[in-house]
Amino acid sequence: MGIRRLTRAGVRAGKAGIGALLASLSAWFMGAGLALAEEVAGMPTDKAIHLQKSASDIKDAAITFHNWILLPVITIIVVLVMVLLLWIIVRFNKRANPVPARFSHNTAIEIIWTVVPVLILVYIAMFSFSLMRKYEAMPDPDVVVKATGYQWYWSYDYPELGVEGVESRLLPEAREIDSAKAANVPFLLGVDNELIVPVNKVVQVQVTAYDVIHAFALPAFGVKSDAVPGRLNNVWFKSRETGIFYGQCSELCGIDHAYMPIAIRVVTEKEFDDYIIAAGGKTRAQIAQEAAAAKLAEDKAAAEAAAASAAAPAEEAATDASAAAAPTSDAEGAAASAAPAAQ
Amino acid sequence: MATNASVAHDHHDHDNHTPPFFKRWFYSTNHKDIGLLYIFFSIFAAIIGGGLSGLIRWELYAPGLQLFGEHSLLDQLGIFHGKHGYNAVVTAHALIMVFFVVMPATVGGFGNYFVPLMIGAPDMAFPRLNNISFWLLVAGFVLLITSLFVPGGVGAMDKGFGGGWTVYPPLSSAQYHPGPSLDLAIFALHVAGASSILGAINFITTIFNMRAPGMTLHRMPLFAWALLVTAFLLLISLPVLAGAITMLLTDRNFGTSFFVPAGGGDPVMYQHLFWFFGHPEVYIMILPGFGIISHIVSTFSKKPVFGYLAMAYAMVAIGVVGFIVWAHHMYTVGMGFNLRAYFVMATMIIAVPTGVKIFSWIATMWGGSIDFKVPMLWAIGFIFLFTVGGVTGVVLANNAIDISLHDTYYVVAHFHYVLSLGAVFSIFAAFFYWFEKMFGVKFNEFLAQVQFWIMFVGVNVIFFPQHFLGLQGMPRRYVDYPLGFEFWNKVSTIGYMITIVGVGVFFILLIEAAIRRRKADANPWGEGATTLEWTLSSPPPYHQFSELPVIKDDGHH
Repeated sequence: MGIRRLTRAGVRAGKAGIGALLASLSAWFMGAGLALAEEVAGMPTDKAIHLQKSASDIKDAAITFHNWILLPVITIIVVLVMVLLLWIIVRFNKRANPVPARFSHNTAIEIIWTVVPVLILVYIAMFSFSLMRKYEAMPDPDVVVKATGYQWYWSYDYPELGVEGVESRLLPEAREIDSAKAANVPFLLGVDNELIVPVNKVVQVQVTAYDVIHAFALPAFGVKSDAVPGRLNNVWFKSRETGIFYGQCSELCGIDHAYMPIAIRVVTEKEFDDYIIAAGGKTRAQIAQEAAAAKLAEDKAAAEAAAASAAAPAEEAATDASAAAAPTSDAEGAAASAAPAAQ
Repeated sequence: MATNASVAHDHHDHDNHTPPFFKRWFYSTNHKDIGLLYIFFSIFAAIIGGGLSGLIRWELYAPGLQLFGEHSLLDQLGIFHGKHGYNAVVTAHALIMVFFVVMPATVGGFGNYFVPLMIGAPDMAFPRLNNISFWLLVAGFVLLITSLFVPGGVGAMDKGFGGGWTVYPPLSSAQYHPGPSLDLAIFALHVAGASSILGAINFITTIFNMRAPGMTLHRMPLFAWALLVTAFLLLISLPVLAGAITMLLTDRNFGTSFFVPAGGGDPVMYQHLFWFFGHPEVYIMILPGFGIISHIVSTFSKKPVFGYLAMAYAMVAIGVVGFIVWAHHMYTVGMGFNLRAYFVMATMIIAVPTGVKIFSWIATMWGGSIDFKVPMLWAIGFIFLFTVGGVTGVVLANNAIDISLHDTYYVVAHFHYVLSLGAVFSIFAAFFYWFEKMFGVKFNEFLAQVQFWIMFVGVNVIFFPQHFLGLQGMPRRYVDYPLGFEFWNKVSTIGYMITIVGVGVFFILLIEAAIRRRKADANPWGEGATTLEWTLSSPPPYHQFSELPVIKDDGHH
């Protein structure tokens, strides 16, 4: 009982301590006239020392894993080694300690410094595997996107919605600092066509490439996947904010490796549906509606056929009914093939 | 460990008859001369490799293209033209540092020079094979440098290969890097690889068969242990690299499809093959350094190394486990969950024997009577900074956070901490520890201390801020970056300028030592220097131990 209260108090003190440290660092930055730029989600922040601001729950979990599990552990280890070395320099320099000791073994400490690191690694591993499992457990996707890396741009498809070939290129004015500023687009990040996805919906991204290996990365959502020709990789994210979020190609792909950013525009569901329709596709709702209508029509036809053969033996009627009920996937497939699937 | 107190005196240490100049330096069969050749070669290559990193930091000082843009200085010089040129510089920087600086210095240089001395042998097992290893390396370097001046990229003016030292296909295929440049670079790697494999054979045979009477493996100095493990890593991993790059060569030139999806091949298979070599390679680069640090810490603390057996077998463990963790370089290619989970676990395990070593070095110093001469400064710097680099490695080992950090500057910061602030620190430590022994003259301790402090500050200023860049998401191998990465890039480049001053002091030190020619002592370090090389003159006779020393138990084990 006492241990728990102590631990909680310790954690509070620790958080207060880290908060104080970060606050004082920021204050120092600003006091030194080096004001920390205002942090905007979806872009890097100048002078920042931490992971990019998160717009998804899983990136939150990754930030927590790094800031509250990994960083404290590695800081303690580094500080421990530093303190030991400083103590050695002070206490065991040849003037302070003219006669060296002779020991070269100590079984107890050798066991401790083997076992304790193992325990620390087990501690880290628990959180590590838990986060890995979170990444792996993609919920049922609301939108499926296929991102294909080209030299040197991205092409986005919405295979289930009938929208294909949205090419996303760095804006010419975003290639130079001055023109980017003049056009009010972010230098090296602004694109002509962002990938548009709805907010608070699970977006599955199937990642591949056409020519060489690229990589699709979105720091705001904690997402990264190599885009390998001949291979279809899978990542997912769920943004809880609207806005534009940038990432950059993360596998060397030639001359313009630094010039093919990824830009996601997260919009409301209505805006997303409007976009899909404007782009010549069908929204999920429309597809479901059409599938339901097609199924209704087919059921009706099957029922009429069953009624027409009412004279047939009961056994045959039962077989027909189950045959009519079974191919619902066919009906959906027929509706979906109206919007050609590029999957 | 064997001590000089138990060594029988060598009567023939006046055997100093050296061959004429050309035969001595081009047809050498003397491990000490070959060691010196490797060290001078490594310094020469380091100037080039370090210069290339200067170009990188110059470009990245500010956003926007400076050196690698249109009408820039490089453009006018006609070398490393444009953005392809930047990629070629990044690639060449890494290849040179890995294959032509760190490995020649630690294995070819200090390994060749001191392993026979430490085990009481007159030379390596295969002295002429030793020579061919060195000259193969020179040939490889010539091939690599040549590759920078022949067409390699898609553009007419694009010379050199710009696909990273990892050479991933399809970017490295003939379609995306036409021209002979990469083919020359592949030959360079073949030749350098052969050099190292032959060297590995030499070291293994020497260490297993030519230890002086009484020197059991468990009495062998830790530097020799380090070279033994390193040699096995080289022997087993390099042939896999050779296979991978040969498959790449045939894909590029003979119509095979090992890595071409359209022909049924798989680019990811290349990555598995490359990293099966690539991960042991990083242990190859650091293990000799571990051995060097053990010697130096023991010498200047005037205490035997703490936990000798644990130290030796920790290196063996690191070497063995180092073969089964390679895919932590590939966490984002799309491997399955269980596979990634395995590699996370295996990678984290390596932290245990590595931690044992760090703590053992600290325990060696504990209770010692420490003399803070320059080699010891480098060694203590190593212990602290390798710990920093090691813990960021533990961070990256976790797939879940690596997703955010893969191919960012966090990785660049990590490996430069363990290499530039680890391996390079151990090289400087060894260089000054064994300076008098090798060159027969003293160096100026004050200049060396100045060099240490300037470089210590400089390299930390270069690489620590790169952790921040990586956390914020700055990708690797980028010629230019969005404005949100400006500040720490500036700081990093300023660190380079500081480091360059330190390098300048180093060269002044070399010239001063060469001019002043103060005669060296056999053992400048006193009672703490207990291995066999300190029983010989400085420099040692051309041939030593023609009568083998007899090693008696010194009571430590």
